[in-house]
Amino acid sequence: MSFRDFLHNLASLPKTFRDSFVRHGRPTTDRTRSQMVMSNVFLHIHSTRIHRYTLRKTFTFGLGIIAAASFFILLVTGVLLMIYYKPSVALAYDSIKDIQFIAPGGRLIRNIHRWATNVMIVSVLFHMARVFYTAAYKETRSFNWLIGIVLFVLTLGLSFTGYLLPWDQLAYWAITIGSNIAASPRELTDLLGITPYFDPGGLMKTLILGSEEIGQEALIRFFWLHCMVLPLALVLFLSAHFWRVRKDGGLSRPDNISPEELEGIEQDEDANSAFDKAPQKTYGLMCLVRGTSPAVGRGPQDTVPSWPTLFVAETALFMLTLAIVCILAYFFNAPLKEIANAAVPENPAKAPWYFLGLQELVSYSAFMGGVGIPSITLLGLALIPYLDREKQSLGHWFDNSQGRYVATASLVYATCVTVAMLVFTVKFGWLRNWFPHISQLVILLINPGTVLVALFAFWSLRYMIKFDSTRIAAIGLFTCFIVSFVILTYFATIHRGPNWGFYWMPSQWPVH
Amino acid sequence: MSSFQRGQCIQGKWESISRRDFFGVAAAWSAATSMGLALIGLVKFPIPALFPDIARLFKIGKPGDYPVGTEKIFEEKKVVVIRDQEGLYAISLTCTHLGCVVSRQANRFDCPCHGSKFDSIGRVLSGPAPKALPWLKVFQLPDGKLVVNAARSVPTGTKFVVT
Repeated sequence: MSFRDFLHNLASLPKTFRDSFVRHGRPTTDRTRSQMVMSNVFLHIHSTRIHRYTLRKTFTFGLGIIAAASFFILLVTGVLLMIYYKPSVALAYDSIKDIQFIAPGGRLIRNIHRWATNVMIVSVLFHMARVFYTAAYKETRSFNWLIGIVLFVLTLGLSFTGYLLPWDQLAYWAITIGSNIAASPRELTDLLGITPYFDPGGLMKTLILGSEEIGQEALIRFFWLHCMVLPLALVLFLSAHFWRVRKDGGLSRPDNISPEELEGIEQDEDANSAFDKAPQKTYGLMCLVRGTSPAVGRGPQDTVPSWPTLFVAETALFMLTLAIVCILAYFFNAPLKEIANAAVPENPAKAPWYFLGLQELVSYSAFMGGVGIPSITLLGLALIPYLDREKQSLGHWFDNSQGRYVATASLVYATCVTVAMLVFTVKFGWLRNWFPHISQLVILLINPGTVLVALFAFWSLRYMIKFDSTRIAAIGLFTCFIVSFVILTYFATIHRGPNWGFYWMPSQWPVH
Repeated sequence: MSSFQRGQCIQGKWESISRRDFFGVAAAWSAATSMGLALIGLVKFPIPALFPDIARLFKIGKPGDYPVGTEKIFEEKKVVVIRDQEGLYAISLTCTHLGCVVSRQANRFDCPCHGSKFDSIGRVLSGPAPKALPWLKVFQLPDGKLVVNAARSVPTGTKFVVT
């Protein structure tokens, strides 16, 4: 008897096995579609139904998903690279060469890792701009904006720590500059004459490098941060970030959505009439549910099940990201210079492109450009939702015509001011060129970087008073910083050559 | 189980806390304090206790190796040793801006990274460098050999008088 049971069980193995982890039917009805999302630990980070407005392509441009997708690609390729990579001063460079030239598919995997980094940084930046300009950081979403800032810092930290690992000239001198930026508070403590007693800059540098020079200790610490600490932290914060999107009631959207805005987006006819069919339904549970839950006070109008619409969109974005990265990786190799040489600096020694805006500021004052202004910027970004608490309609780019006007005006203003400042410094130099014995304190306080920040702050303050609105002031300031960041990055990438001199084109660099 | 009841001030009169609650609160705080102190100990762990770098104190030979007008660059140590009429001195070649190695030009030191320029005795001419290239301590051992201590700087212009 039991033998027959055994045979029967064996025959029905595929079905019973599948039923053991998918405990509901095929996702053909709304009910099973919801169960599909709810009963899966990986999918249930989404809500079971989403608002149709969420699916508007020109609202999010899928930037958050692209960032997450590129991070996933980075995880997979990073784990693969770890098979051959050896975090030792003597072996690191050769192991990267092995990966690039010998390991089967190694070149492609390393190139994908490199290009996915670029895609991630760009999409994270654009995603932040999207969230800002659609006012999605407001009200209950303010804490998620803060988590986003942490993710932004972790993303930059990951790319910075990864930069040293190939142990080539590019890596060595970029990290020399980076670690000395960490030590740059000494510029200030030296001025006050307290460095021997209180040296936060020196402590930072020795913590990063494990030593006073870049060597084996630094390499192993960067490896540890890049492959262990930072990815783990990023996964944790990323999970919280996703989870909060759901808890805060899905993506932000306007209170009144016109039908034209939803045109062309898939809809669920049943959802709009759900309340008509059950008008007597009581909502005792609602006292336990947060006010921003999409269902409070409203029926499920204009929502669609997440399965399959949202997942199709997400998968499509993932495929798009993968395609972009693969195409770039196939045609453009990740850079690899000569092996690190502590005696001969790379000239020019440039950090990865996304840090070049900062490097331009650093070339005026190490402390202000490398620590002061980035700290002010990050603090300012983090405080946006707490300082701008104006009630407003969410979910429209630049809010309204006034916001569009301010953003455009700020774009023009910041472009003019930044370009003028760069032209001025290239043409006439700065204080040190005119007064060689000037105190460093004056340069610390008055340098092109701080002057730009002051001009932007003044501009934003003027808007705050003129329009009597913190949101308008925030749009002005954010736009100025973004525009200035882009221009500085472009300028340092293209127009800075050997000895950090000005050149119209890299082809004009003197041969050395 | 009820939560810990602390002493409460009701109408100007202090309600005493029960013994059980007192011990509960004391235990919780002891645990928190010891965990906190342990954490401080852990945070100190990554601060290096010794530096595995190249030696900062190194011999450069005898005074006879440096006739007047000599200039010798120690690439690995990032130090230049110069001998002139008045004496012998060592200048660090690490840029005071962000740590790149400056290169010797005709009568200057130029930093390739952000364009700082120093004159022939290390004073800042232009660029973002916040201070002059440090002069390093030079001294002589009883056996006559000269030593540079790259960890100790001396005021600009302090030359070691060769006897």
